[in-house]
Parts: sequence; structure tokens; C-alpha cells
Amino acid sequence: MAGLTANVNLLKQILVGFVRDEVLKVGLCKVVLGLSGGIDSALVAFIAAEALGCENVHAICMPYKTSNPESEAHARLVAQACGICFSVVPITPMVDAYFENFQDADQMRRGNKMARERMTILFDHSALHRALVLGTSNKTELLLGYGTLYGDMASALNPIGDLYKSHVWQLSEAMGVPQAVVDKKPSADLWDGQTDEEELGFSYHQVDALLYRMIDCRLTYTELIAEGFSSDFVDSIRLKIQKSHFKRRLPVIAKVSNRTIDIDFRYARDWGM
Amino acid sequence: MKINIVLAQIKPKLGCIVHNLAMIEGCIERAISEQHDLIIFPELALTGYFLKDLVPDVAVSMQSPEIIKIQELSKKISIVIGFVEETIDHLFYNTAIYLENGVICHAHRKVYLPTYGLFDEQRYFARGEQFRAFDTKFGRMGLLVCEDAWHLSASYLLAMDGATTLICLSSSPGRGVDGEMLGSAAAWQKLNSTTAMFLNCRVLYCNRVGYEDGINFWGGSEYVAPSGESVIRAKILQEDSIVAILDDGILRQERIVSPLLRDENLSITFNELQRIATERGKTWQA
Repeated sequence: MAGLTANVNLLKQILVGFVRDEVLKVGLCKVVLGLSGGIDSALVAFIAAEALGCENVHAICMPYKTSNPESEAHARLVAQACGICFSVVPITPMVDAYFENFQDADQMRRGNKMARERMTILFDHSALHRALVLGTSNKTELLLGYGTLYGDMASALNPIGDLYKSHVWQLSEAMGVPQAVVDKKPSADLWDGQTDEEELGFSYHQVDALLYRMIDCRLTYTELIAEGFSSDFVDSIRLKIQKSHFKRRLPVIAKVSNRTIDIDFRYARDWGM
Repeated sequence: MKINIVLAQIKPKLGCIVHNLAMIEGCIERAISEQHDLIIFPELALTGYFLKDLVPDVAVSMQSPEIIKIQELSKKISIVIGFVEETIDHLFYNTAIYLENGVICHAHRKVYLPTYGLFDEQRYFARGEQFRAFDTKFGRMGLLVCEDAWHLSASYLLAMDGATTLICLSSSPGRGVDGEMLGSAAAWQKLNSTTAMFLNCRVLYCNRVGYEDGINFWGGSEYVAPSGESVIRAKILQEDSIVAILDDGILRQERIVSPLLRDENLSITFNELQRIATERGKTWQA
């Protein structure tokens, strides 16, 4: 479908310009990002390197003891390919120290804790380097809520938040992200052998086709069924979007005054920039 | 008569009048030194676009030092610029003015304030009430502010009022990356070309660039001849400044070849519009 096939040159021009403009106008010239070894953060690294110069991009790989060693190897490969600064900060000591006291914590709590641990490291390094934190969540996962609030979803700027996973693949190929990273199955790498698509229960191509029609084209339920999507699939995706909407919003503030932040106190974030 | 017109495709800072005015003055001074006749800036050039609650804070009156400064400069070059206007009764308009010989010879307050999708203008601005052509030393012109141009009636009225040059100031956000060119750019280029062709008018389109909260403004300012052909076009997504040379002979030739405006029947249009205005909404259908 046309909407899921991007003009990669144009897309690159807009996103590179976005990172350059939004970083320079706040008086900074550097960014930090977490490099997981996956395609999303790899693409963001390439965009950032082109926007600001590789010496201004600090990538941090933050493995946990159960992370697949291949992830760190891929992160390193990406950093080398685009020439950015690279360091490794393992999160095992901090995460394990915490769960000493909560030993029966389930997989979800552990995964969320890891994501938030990584977030605190990125924001600490943003202060260290006087740099902005780049987000690496794509539109597919943001819509499905497949991410950790205040964890991997936290950032100052997200260049790829309006790109479906299908777009991420196309642009990554075009920008020269190493083929091993483009080709491998997307994974949150929380446990051995985990893949996103297995965990979600559908492929990114399937869900992107639906999301594009549902969100961007605003097709009705009947039109979606007529396009060949099963009602179960449409229902489950709709519910995922609705149930995860809180993750895409700022905390809700109880209104008592005439001007409440984000309700009737409205300013662009680029106010004065 | 040939007129040299600068389309200043600038990147204003959001809410920073002092900075923007200095940049605008710089552009004007340069255009004066290069002996151009007219310089055109984008919509809300003095303030930036996604102002939201900043609107009252950045609004200036027609008598403000900022406008007087620009007025002074217009003794040496004609100027078109967009800003937030505050009236004496404290209404705020998204306004474009045309200045020449040290006076404001026309002000257009944006009529069609988009309030859909990413736009929210009607929340913050008062709505203009007029489309009027006006005389300048370079002929009769009409001003449109961005969304105004998407309403056929707006450019139609200006052309019927005698404008031979339509100037459109824009802050158009770029979106749509699935085609050969940016979706917004493709749409605007089609619109500018069609408007020029339908009305045998020149269209001068000045769009801004830069990003505000992740939203890009795509630039691509252009001069479209009355034939509908884009004669010169600025870069996409980058600051730029282009010079369009308008030749009265070209307009004359085009109007001889296709005398659409001569043949346009104003009274039929007027009568039918009156009928429609009376009849519309009277029948109710379930």
C-alpha cells in the first residue's frame, strides 16, 4: 500500500533536519541514545550521525545478564558503521540489587525495571555530555503500547515516532544500517529466544497494514472487514490502542484553577526557540 | 514593466519578535542593496506559527515600533509581511500587510482560520471579514494568508476585484512522504498553478521553513505565471531567497490568449449565490 511505502530520500531529509534543528535551537549540539542492537535504535543512530556529525552522538549499550550477546555485538557494529561514540553500561548490578528484595517479581516487572534503569542512565549521560536523549520508539509500538512508560518511551526527541515499523525497515536499508541488523527478527531481548512478533501474536507487516488504514486513513470498522482483516484482529488492535493511550499522554492533572497546565495553559515546547 | 520580487523563505523563531525582526530587517536591507522592488515574507514571519497561548504576548498594533520600523524601510522597497495584529478593541488577527512608500497600503486579516488536524487557529485568532484587491505602484494586487488560498471564492473575489497578482503568505506544515514529492508540496503546487491558470493571475507563494515541536515547514516558495507554469521555485525544507521577475508583457499575452476573466459573468454568479444563500438550509432531509 502506497502509504506504507515511503519516499526514503524525503523521509531522511525531514528526519535529519528535525534532529539538527531541534538540537541546535536549544543551544546544544549533542545527543545520547541507547543502542540495543535492534533496528530502531540503529536507524536513530544513523539519522543522528548525519544530522550532527558522528562525534556528537553518544550511544550506550546497556545489557542485562540475560541479554543475548549478539545484541551487544550488533550495537557495536552499528556504532562502528556510523562512526559514533560508543560505550557499554551493564545494568545487571542495579537491577539485581533491586530484585533481591522482590524475588517473586514477574517477567513484566523485571522488563519494565530494566527499561527504566536504562532510561535513568541515558538521562544521566545527557547531563554529563550536555546532550538531548533521543527516543527510538516507532509508531507501531507507540500505538500498540508495546513499550515501557518512563522507560524506553522516555526521550527529549523522537525522530522515528511517526514511522511504522515498515518505514523503519525501508529507511534503515536506504541509510546503510548493517544488513545483519536489518534482517534479524525484532526482539525486546528480555529473555532467550524472545521475538516481538511471537509475543504480539502477529507480524509487523500485518499490523502495519491494519494500523495504517485504521489510524491514518480512518477507515470504518466495516471498511476494514471489507479489506480482509478479521474482526478479532481489528477488535484486539483497537483495544490495544485504547488501553495503552495513557502511555502516550502526560500525567492527568486535576483542574482547580482557570489555567491548568496542558488543559488551558498551552504553549509549544519550542516556545522561544 | 518588469518588477523584481524577493520571496524570503525564512525560519522564524517561535515567539521571538526581537530576533525575527532583526532577521527580517537584514533581509530587507539586502534586498534594498540589490535594488529589488518588492520583498515578501511568510505568514506570521514576525512571530512563528504554533503560538497557542503566546498570541496575545506577541501581538503588535499597526502603530507599534516594530511595524513603524518596517514602514520606514518600505520607503526604499515595497514589503509584504505577516504578523499577529492586535486591534484597539483587543482582537487578535493573523494579518498580512502590504507596505510601500512608507505607508501601509493594505491589510488583510486571514479569513479562513483552519481548525482541524494539526491546526487550531480559530481558538486563538479572530476571523477577518474581507477580501479586497488594492492598488500598488506595481499594479493591482490581492493578499491571501495560507488557508485562504484553499477557498476558491477567496482568490476568485480578488481576481474579480481586479487583482492581477495574488500574493499568498504561508506557514504550511509538511506531511505525506509516500509520493514522489512531499504531499503538502504537491498539493500546494497544484493549487498555485490552478489558481493562476483559472484566474489569469500571477501567484506569488511565500512559505516558511524550520521546525516547531517536530512539525516541519516545507518552504518551496514559488512564482507561478498566469499560464500556471511555475517560473521559479525555492528549495524544499531549507532557508532560501529567490528573485522572481514579473513581466507585464507576459500577463498581457496570457490574457489575450485566454480571456477567461473578461468572459466571467459576475451577475450570473452573484444572482446564483444570492439564490443559494436564501435557499440553502431551508429544506431538511433525514
